[in-house]
Amino acid sequence: MNRELKRVSIIALLMFVTLLVSSTIIQYVQASALAADPRNARTLYESYSVERGPILVDGTPIAFSQPSDDDYKFQRVYASGPLYVPITGYIPVNGEATGLERSLNDYLSGQSSSQFFDSLNRLISGQDPMGASVEVAIDPVAQQAAWDALGDYTGAVIVTEPSTGRILAMVTKPTFDPNTLAVHDSAQVQATYDGLLADPMDPLFNRATGGDMNPPGSVFKLVVTAAALESGRYTPESTFPNPPELTLPGTDAVVRNSGGGTCGGGSTVTLADALRLSCNIPFAELGMELGDNAIREQAEKFGFNSEFLIPTATEVSTYPSGLDDPQTALSAFGQGDVRATPLQMALVSAAIANGGIVMNPDLVDQITAPDFSPLESFEPSEYGRAISEQTANTMVQMMVNGVENGAASNARIDGVSVAGKTGTAENGESDPYTLWFTGFAPADNPQYAITVLVEDGGGLGQEGYGNLIAAPIAKQVLEAVLNK
Amino acid sequence: MSDVTGTPVATGTPPTGVRRIRMPQKLRNLEFWLLLVACFINAAAIVLVQLGAMRRIDTQLVLLGAGLSALVFGLHIAMRFVARDADPFLLPIATVLNGLGIAMIYRIDIANGEGGWESAAVRQIAWSAIAIIAAIATILVIRNHRVLFRYTYLAGLVAIVLLLLPLVPGLGREVSGARVWIGFGDIATFQPGEIAKIALAVFFAGYLVRNRDSLSMVGTKFLGMKFPRARDLGPLLVVWALSMSVIVFQRDLGTALLYFGLFLVMLYVATSRISWVVLGLTLFVGGALIASQTLDYVGNRFANWLDPLNPERYEQEFGGSYQLVQGLFGLANGGLIGTGWGQGRPDLTPVPQSDYIIASLGEELGLAGVFAILALYLLFVARGFRIGFAGQDDFGKLLGVGLAFVVALQVFIVVGGVTRVIPLTGLTTPFLAAGGSSLVANWIIVALLLRLSDTVRNHPRLVIDG
Repeated sequence: MNRELKRVSIIALLMFVTLLVSSTIIQYVQASALAADPRNARTLYESYSVERGPILVDGTPIAFSQPSDDDYKFQRVYASGPLYVPITGYIPVNGEATGLERSLNDYLSGQSSSQFFDSLNRLISGQDPMGASVEVAIDPVAQQAAWDALGDYTGAVIVTEPSTGRILAMVTKPTFDPNTLAVHDSAQVQATYDGLLADPMDPLFNRATGGDMNPPGSVFKLVVTAAALESGRYTPESTFPNPPELTLPGTDAVVRNSGGGTCGGGSTVTLADALRLSCNIPFAELGMELGDNAIREQAEKFGFNSEFLIPTATEVSTYPSGLDDPQTALSAFGQGDVRATPLQMALVSAAIANGGIVMNPDLVDQITAPDFSPLESFEPSEYGRAISEQTANTMVQMMVNGVENGAASNARIDGVSVAGKTGTAENGESDPYTLWFTGFAPADNPQYAITVLVEDGGGLGQEGYGNLIAAPIAKQVLEAVLNK
Repeated sequence: MSDVTGTPVATGTPPTGVRRIRMPQKLRNLEFWLLLVACFINAAAIVLVQLGAMRRIDTQLVLLGAGLSALVFGLHIAMRFVARDADPFLLPIATVLNGLGIAMIYRIDIANGEGGWESAAVRQIAWSAIAIIAAIATILVIRNHRVLFRYTYLAGLVAIVLLLLPLVPGLGREVSGARVWIGFGDIATFQPGEIAKIALAVFFAGYLVRNRDSLSMVGTKFLGMKFPRARDLGPLLVVWALSMSVIVFQRDLGTALLYFGLFLVMLYVATSRISWVVLGLTLFVGGALIASQTLDYVGNRFANWLDPLNPERYEQEFGGSYQLVQGLFGLANGGLIGTGWGQGRPDLTPVPQSDYIIASLGEELGLAGVFAILALYLLFVARGFRIGFAGQDDFGKLLGVGLAFVVALQVFIVVGGVTRVIPLTGLTTPFLAAGGSSLVANWIIVALLLRLSDTVRNHPRLVIDG
């Protein structure tokens, strides 16, 4: 009997060894895969069990967590939600977070590697774990002014500090209240989200850094002018033929100046006048002379075809490659397949204002641990030099003329020298125009670079133009921040 | 241990010159200290649950736990009089498992916002008290296990009646699909099948000792194995039919597997014939496969086992893999060292305090805790098998092995179901899970094993070492 007993004991032992193996497989080998399963509510609740750090503007929280009596322990609250949603984004109980809530999630949730010892310390000392707080660069006065100035238009305003790249204001419209997506009822979140997604006005777009990308139109002439001056073959006084219309080589396509007719009087027109009056024909001629490669190289020095993390991901503005002459001519006044975000055009203006150097744009000033020790501080960093200081100085003067005595006249501010460029981009045969303004002030000591985008012709279809609608918005914002 | 030996003790010869063969006081003293450790662990678990889940200490439950400890020491004292040579490890192991179970049930109560005298933890403590008193009564009443041999067929009858009780109209109750409960009024109160497993072990041991000659001696050789005659197949077929009817009528796969596995192991130990195991396993696997094709609930269990994370299985409203997957998530959340008492979310898994208590413990105590619990069970089972090895009468040997194996198999079926070794079936985890009948049955098993181990040491037939 004992021989059989021995065998049965071995079988019993094997049964237990099997259980040790199977529990090890689940609790060790498969543990991370199971934790990553989207159906795992524990992982979700876990991410909410830590008091998420606040996002602060000038010391005032625009996103913060307050205790709640449900499974999630904390409720995320967005103060002035619609105003700041392009910066904060939101974090829903189901689906993915957006904005800084997403890009700085590790810090806000206390999971970043630099918070490891802090978390350990809190664990040992019995304090509740807590995420880091994020102080953003946003200037509340600039943000509010941009919100007010943009009014009910569909579009975006972005204000940056030329010398550092700090983003001082970022407004997009139409927008939504992130609090409606932060509720803890996932069915309600889904319904709200589906509603926003189906809205033909696309309120979920952040038009300052993405959305349905727009052609930059005449504001792109800044890039082409820079390419021309940088080539050394052109000066502001270089002249171009001045016909009332230009048929592009090998096509039936006819380019006209806005408003028709020639660019000012005379049989030729200077580069300075062409930019000041924003004429298309001289730029089409200049573009074909420069070639698409030269324009693309200059565009890329300003940041086109590159992704910027602010630290939230942004859309890449594009200047295409392999263009023929007619396409190059169209691209030279920002049409064809050129696409730009307001952020990208802000980089162009800011670089001109900053002596030619493009600064990497950034929303964040400082990240602070719960014990107030700084984890990360914002240091200005250069993306690269786009143009020489001399070219930059020349272009500042050309842009000041555009405002004082040219196509961007509605951005004029008494007592302050404003540099600027408007744009009115065509989208299709009968589609409403896209209206732009980009510039900076004061021109002699640039503090603020601003770019305004208004889609759908500002409600005026093909009757709206940049100087009519976009330039006054920029003026209103600049006045507010300069009079602070 | 040189406590039972036929040769003089080499060192420490007593001054009186009398040769001491046994040192029962030493065994009981060891048990006493182990019990103190067990009670300390249990008290610490309850306090940690309170600190982890409530951030304060509530003395009421600690006092109730202390009352239970007093009962356990009552059993210990009773053994000092009537079972002085019993195994010193069984009682402390059962105590610590029972205590860990109460702590986890209490922790789930807190998560569910339940408290007071109606809570599951307080009911579990009350049932534990009843179970330990039943164990004391067993050890006091049954002074010699051979008494049970006389009641072999009565035990068989009792087992059948207990199994049939839930099918009696008006008395039986159905809980989550399985009709294995009896109750009065609206509440299902008792699972007679838990007690039946003891009666079955007694019956199998008695029956096999009486009839093993005819079951093992004659037969025809085939494929190198000696197969029994057709007319000797009767008992195997009866037990198989019993198990299959449990699957069909009571809709309880786990219990059927438990009974049948118990029978096969005892049959094998009694007859030394591997052919019985081959025949039995063939019959059971065949029956289970047919059931998986014809009975929806069995088919679902198999499908969930094979592919639980499949969205289709997961989202199926009835009989889907939701519970299984939640258990996996819980275990994964625990990882190696667990979240700590009161820090995980075991309450997200359905029935976290009964069928899924091992997943709850795995979440909060981690893989380390699961290993410790499995090691305790393994030690418990090993002490039971030791009785089988050392026993002097075949009935006692068989009964000891049967009772120890039934605990091992039950742990394997439940934990194996939760960790996807086998399809998930509803069985209680011995000593841990919430449930009165299971506690009473398992504490009676403790008492019987203690009685058997006492007899083994008391009447040494041959030298036992180790």
